[in-house]
Amino acid sequence: MTPTPLPDRPDLYFIVAALLLAIGIFGLLRRRTLIGMLISGELIFSAASLNLMAFNRFRVPDPTVGQIFVLFIMGLAAAEIAIALSIIIAVYRNYRSVKTKELSELNG
Amino acid sequence: MTSFPASQMIVGGVFLLCAATTVAGALIAALTARIIRSVCGLAICCIGLAGLYYFLHSPFLALMEILIYVGAVCVTIVFAVMLAEPDEPVRDDKLSSTILWGGFALLICVAMFCGLWYLGAHQDWTTPVVRVNDGSIAQIGRSLLTTYSMAFELISLALLVAIIGALAIARTGRTKE
Repeated sequence: MTPTPLPDRPDLYFIVAALLLAIGIFGLLRRRTLIGMLISGELIFSAASLNLMAFNRFRVPDPTVGQIFVLFIMGLAAAEIAIALSIIIAVYRNYRSVKTKELSELNG
Repeated sequence: MTSFPASQMIVGGVFLLCAATTVAGALIAALTARIIRSVCGLAICCIGLAGLYYFLHSPFLALMEILIYVGAVCVTIVFAVMLAEPDEPVRDDKLSSTILWGGFALLICVAMFCGLWYLGAHQDWTTPVVRVNDGSIAQIGRSLLTTYSMAFELISLALLVAIIGALAIARTGRTKE
């Protein structure tokens, strides 16, 4: 019996996806500018997409489902980036800064 | 078996290279102080992820990943970096609380990773499934226009709203200086 080739082992994909999720959440907690937090959010999106694609390959009878799902995730991520960056530019215009520490007008 | 003797090892090596590229890019994106390096890390991560999608039998998504993330998202973030100069501030606050919160965040993330690793590695994922089609681009197009046509229309509407909203938000507050 030969060992399973590496690309056919689902657990490796799950581990990479878990690593992406953990790095993304760590960056989200650690970053102190809005754009840095946005980039970490993108990493979390990527983790979810990779997980869905791994399930799609190994467990799902219809292999188009996961691909379409991940395509929609990419579209929504692009929309989110567009909105978030325009908000960031508006914030920078008003406050001259995108550091999260200085955006404290709603801080009670 | 294939005729070429070391082909399995080469394929495994390329797979490991893609996984390592993904993880290294994510680490660069999350840990560097300069935002522009962080954007480059995100691009590297997405290129590695495209390789992983290719190994998951989906060359279409690999292409889309490079096209959308590297080609659109990273370039857009670079534009925002150019307009807003958002480098990480130097650590001028109290050092002990910074280290404490950083350690707390690290603890949470390591715990989450170990839990997910345990879940992923200790299950039997090898149940074979019966495929109803081959998942090619023609099949994707067919099910996008039949089964998922409603979601397809909705996401086009969402993208339209996002474009108009982005224009409207970024336009307000502009002054002639």
